[in-house]
Amino acid sequence: MISIKNLHASIDGKEILKGLNLEVKAGEIHAIMGPNGAGKSTLASVLAGREEYEVTEGSVDFDGQDLLELSTEDRAREGLFLAFQYPVEIPGVSNVNFLRTALNEIREYRGQEQISAKDFMALVREKSAIVELDAKLASRSVNEGFSGGEKKRNEIFQMAMLAPKLAILDETDSGLDIDALRIVANGVNTLKSPNNATIVITHYQRLLDYIVPDFVHVLYNGKIVKSGPKELALELEEKGYDWIKAEVDAQ
Amino acid sequence: MNDTIQQNKLALFTEHLTLSNLAFSSDLKEEALTVLATNDFPTTRQEDWKYTRVGRIASIKAIQNQQNSSISLPEMIDDSMLLFVFENGRFRADLSLSTLPAGIKIKALSSCNSDELSLVGSLVKQENQVFTALNTAFATDGILIHIERNQKISSSIHVLNILSGENTASFTRNLIVCEDFGQAHIVQEYRSQEANSSVTNVITEIFVGANANLTVDKIQHEEQGNFAVLTEQVDQKKDSTFTINTITLDGTLVRNNLNIEVNGSNCESNLNGAYLLKDNQHIDNHTIVDHKVAHCLSNELYKGVIYDKATAVFNGKVFVRKDAQKINAFQSNGNVLMSDDASVNSKPELEIYADDVKCSHGSTTGQLDDEAIFYLRARGLSEKAARNLMVSAFIGDVLEKIENPSVLKMVQSIIQKKHGWEF
Ligand SMILES: Nc1ncnc2c1ncn2[C@@H]1O[C@H](COP(=O)(O)OP(=O)(O)OP(=O)(O)O)[C@@H](O)[C@H]1O
Ligand SMILES: [Mg+2]
Repeated sequence: MISIKNLHASIDGKEILKGLNLEVKAGEIHAIMGPNGAGKSTLASVLAGREEYEVTEGSVDFDGQDLLELSTEDRAREGLFLAFQYPVEIPGVSNVNFLRTALNEIREYRGQEQISAKDFMALVREKSAIVELDAKLASRSVNEGFSGGEKKRNEIFQMAMLAPKLAILDETDSGLDIDALRIVANGVNTLKSPNNATIVITHYQRLLDYIVPDFVHVLYNGKIVKSGPKELALELEEKGYDWIKAEVDAQ
Repeated sequence: MNDTIQQNKLALFTEHLTLSNLAFSSDLKEEALTVLATNDFPTTRQEDWKYTRVGRIASIKAIQNQQNSSISLPEMIDDSMLLFVFENGRFRADLSLSTLPAGIKIKALSSCNSDELSLVGSLVKQENQVFTALNTAFATDGILIHIERNQKISSSIHVLNILSGENTASFTRNLIVCEDFGQAHIVQEYRSQEANSSVTNVITEIFVGANANLTVDKIQHEEQGNFAVLTEQVDQKKDSTFTINTITLDGTLVRNNLNIEVNGSNCESNLNGAYLLKDNQHIDNHTIVDHKVAHCLSNELYKGVIYDKATAVFNGKVFVRKDAQKINAFQSNGNVLMSDDASVNSKPELEIYADDVKCSHGSTTGQLDDEAIFYLRARGLSEKAARNLMVSAFIGDVLEKIENPSVLKMVQSIIQKKHGWEF
């Protein structure tokens, strides 16, 4: 699905990603953990095409395409989805309106027909139910006045609407209470299929009780420095990152 | 030395113009000629014209063009509206409605007698006002709309003003009287057809009677290459509501003067404006709300989106006079600059002489939020679609004040045509 090789990226002249490698196959769930400032959101931003970041080295292959050559919108149209760590409030732009535009632009890109108003509304109903997002919220201005938890649920709602091949969830669990966490995780699991893949960036092992990863990676200082089975998350929760830092620094 | 050159410009401008033979007071016309003989076109040294240069208007070799263009009437205005058409300030009876519903009088000024026009000039002041004096001296025609007492006119009135030809100077004088307890909705549309280097000069005097409710949608989309100076002077009596939505979508230079005198208590005045500019367009909105008596409410919301090298001016004054207590006056102007070369001069002004009032004013100018654009693009929207969506959300605040659905549709379709947005 996605193959990241020796990725180097910097912002304002400062190198943040320093030779990152990651391979995710269809049907898999990968968790990325790591201390604050390690570069997790940077990785997500670079993959989504945020223009402030400069890729200085390396390659990203997304289902046979050179991802780094594509514009942000074309990445989305090719099936990449980023659930933002900090979803943006956009006053006056209605959630469903913009999703209809998004969906139709994606369909046009893929040579598919526009979705009918009726089918669209049915889709909104179906997908908002998955994340238990109030229909009223679905039609309000994008994230405006939403609580933290509502914003995160709205991200998963949008993901459900757009049905991406690869979803990257950047700390979608942060700030959620246990019920919201269950709802978000349930959304992700419902959408899981052998044809898509998910990367979850998280600080908390508890999310991984609900979304069970096939692999856990540790991102530290701009690189994946350790990978393992889901048990690695438990170990990290118990012991923190110091032992990993020590391991890396020793090398 | 400079003065004589300027003087000559105004004299040159009026050289081929014919004096108005409308039946309003000849004293007014005399006064107008005196103003024209003793003034120049305004310069940017005058506070009121600080950011708007009228040199290009002054250099038009103005004629009162008498053409009868074949005009394809706007398909987007619905048939239920009462349509009246003027071309270059002349009534086009052939395109206008001839039978009227009860309770209303609508006539071309050219067919009115002096009694019917006794109110003309009673609201606007001419002293040192060159454009007002030009209009008074050279007005060819205009519309009289008189809504009788207690009459609610259920059909909207659509006054379509068309500018055509080269070097046309169109002088239109309108009089709108909405008597006590009357109610009406008027669309004043300004468009052009094969016009270039032409200027529209309009004065509309509006009387809103006690407890009357009048709404005006002013839709401006004369093509680039043309100029417009328009004035609405409004007098509100007690318990009345007056709403005006000024939507400016085209034109090389547009100056709007909207002056509302609130002369009765318990009035509501709503002034909404939206403007969308591109290329080198220039739009200048000057508004005045003068609260002379207590217990009134005014709401002013103007928003603009400025592309390319276009420039906008907003100057909104709100006066609250000494004895006008318990006034609520709100004013706000917001602008989005879509390019580094776009600019705006925004000056909201409150002058308050009463002590028990609730007033606020504000002005914001900014660019679209890059984070929001990235967010939308990350969902699959093109950059253009993302920008359009955000801009239409921004200006949508004003457009949603247009209550009549066919007017809103017309505005949206003009925007779509001129700026390529989808709604
Ligand atoms: N504009 C910038 N200029 C310089 N450094 C920056 C800039 N933006 C971000 N950084 C730095 O990049 C590093 C990586 O940040 P990033 O947001 O990717 O970390 P993260 O792993 O997601 O952390 P967290 O767990 O706190 O979300 C941080 O040290 C941050 O300070
Ligand atoms: Mg982060």
